[in-house]
Amino acid sequence: MTTIRPSTLIPLLLLAALAVLPFAAESYYTAFFARVLIYAVAASALNLALGMGGMVSLGHALFLGLGMYSVALPAHFGIDDGWLQLALCVAACGLVGLVTGAISLRTSGIAFIMITLAFAQMGYFLVVSLKQFGGDDGLPIAGASRFFGLELASAEAVYGAAFCLLLALTAWVARLRVSPFGMTLRAGRQNARRVASVGLALPRYQLAAYVLSAVLCGLAGMLLANLNAYASPSSMSWMVSGELIVMVVLGGMGSVFGPLLGALAFLGIEELLKGLTEHWMAIFGLLILAVALLGKSGIAGLLARLDARVPARRSPRLAEGRA
Amino acid sequence: MSAGARPPEGGAPSPGEVVAQRPEGRTMNTLLHTEGLTKRYGALVVTDAVSLDIREGELHAIIGPNGAGKTTLINQLSGELAADAGRVRFAGEDLSATGIAARARRGLLRSYQITSVFDEFTVRENAALAARGARRHAFAFWRGLLQDAAAVAAADAAIAATGLAARAQVIAADLGYGERRQLELAMALAAGPRFLLLDEPMAGMSAQESAAVVELLRGLKRKYTLLLVEHDMDAVFALADRISVLVYGRLLVTGTPDEIRNDPEVRAIYLGDEELHQ
Repeated sequence: MTTIRPSTLIPLLLLAALAVLPFAAESYYTAFFARVLIYAVAASALNLALGMGGMVSLGHALFLGLGMYSVALPAHFGIDDGWLQLALCVAACGLVGLVTGAISLRTSGIAFIMITLAFAQMGYFLVVSLKQFGGDDGLPIAGASRFFGLELASAEAVYGAAFCLLLALTAWVARLRVSPFGMTLRAGRQNARRVASVGLALPRYQLAAYVLSAVLCGLAGMLLANLNAYASPSSMSWMVSGELIVMVVLGGMGSVFGPLLGALAFLGIEELLKGLTEHWMAIFGLLILAVALLGKSGIAGLLARLDARVPARRSPRLAEGRA
Repeated sequence: MSAGARPPEGGAPSPGEVVAQRPEGRTMNTLLHTEGLTKRYGALVVTDAVSLDIREGELHAIIGPNGAGKTTLINQLSGELAADAGRVRFAGEDLSATGIAARARRGLLRSYQITSVFDEFTVRENAALAARGARRHAFAFWRGLLQDAAAVAAADAAIAATGLAARAQVIAADLGYGERRQLELAMALAAGPRFLLLDEPMAGMSAQESAAVVELLRGLKRKYTLLLVEHDMDAVFALADRISVLVYGRLLVTGTPDEIRNDPEVRAIYLGDEELHQ
């Protein structure tokens, strides 16, 4: 093993702190950080499509919403079996992801952004129009999801589930980035034409990543529904899709810890500014502007620059770590 | 995968393949065959009914003045561009309607005139991805690409063959121009090709770098079937077994370097080109 560099060490310390947080903090903070973890999962999901694959989806709130309603709709009919809700969520997000992805991936660039946005808006207005399920007002969830003995009723329980999911997802993404699948996606973002000429049919890999991303985003939606005890169409609005993109870009596109860093920074700054002034959005806008100027590498990129300052042994493996 | 489609050495050729006897008594199959290949952009005919035979194991060069449609022809052979009319047969199989990725998996590989390597990856990762793509699917979500022993072995062999062994760990973006051209070649080689389409592998290289590539291609000759598009006439006449001349999308003549050098029509086209008049 090589020495751990700051860009890895700092996020790991952050994860360690998050692991003990519910045992030390008040319930309010546990709920807040549970939301951070859930958005970090959603951003990780988007990171697969956007960060690795270069697919700028402005419609991932659709999958967040599908996940939420996978909990809320069965709960509305008195079904609180978490496994059933999970199966529903995976099926719904998988199917919708497959269909919308297959259509969206016929385009690229701006057209891809627009078409994913259009699909998400269709989902949004569909939910709004379903008056029997709350429509605009959303759908309260009376009974939380039950997984065997575990009930996702308290903020602590949701926190625990979100933390475990994020941890597993982050560990997997670290492997995925350098796996043949991840390398193919990343290669496609750099030069799609070249991927085909080495024998890999890129659209298939992109579609698989898109579907995977949709399903994982749905899981975040399930957790969010349980945390809020509520599913609302506002979580499916294009603003949420945009926020997820900002989190991914803020954290560092395609990086392993980027989504966590981005979600934490985004929601943390929002929370702090809200406490300062009611015109917090004006300041927040400027901050987002600053991040956009930071470029693609985001916070993870800043940490990586720290690595270069630390006079660690400069082994040839450094090059592999960067890639 | 591609090896499976290869006809046995000296065995019966697949139907439809042109067979000639070499002095050694080995069969000399046509590996790639085009028939009436045509590509138009509006009224402009860029590829005009090109019928070409590339024999297994030969180094076949395509020359022609600028705008003759050489790269367009290569793009149709590699499958990147669909022809408007005509057929492409490769190893006895009609690939006219087959896309570039599927052709690559059959061993029909290409390199690009404008270097297109994956800038964020190391040299080894670039070559390993090319090696993996030609051999197996990439639906693997856990084990690293560099843990795929077969792909890495092929990649390292290709990197060594192109003289990049010392640079294997370097990010492609940090390579010099000549090195990037070498990597371009290494990626094609790592895929384990039967047939290599080389689109101006020496474009923009210094005389020294070009000489190195000529030596490299000499080494590749006979191991692979090569189609070389190149402006460097010294290199073409030194390396090619046969040369085809393309003018305004039409195939003017195909012959040995001597035949081409002495062809009055070719001389007329290249009038003023000192290198052909030697």
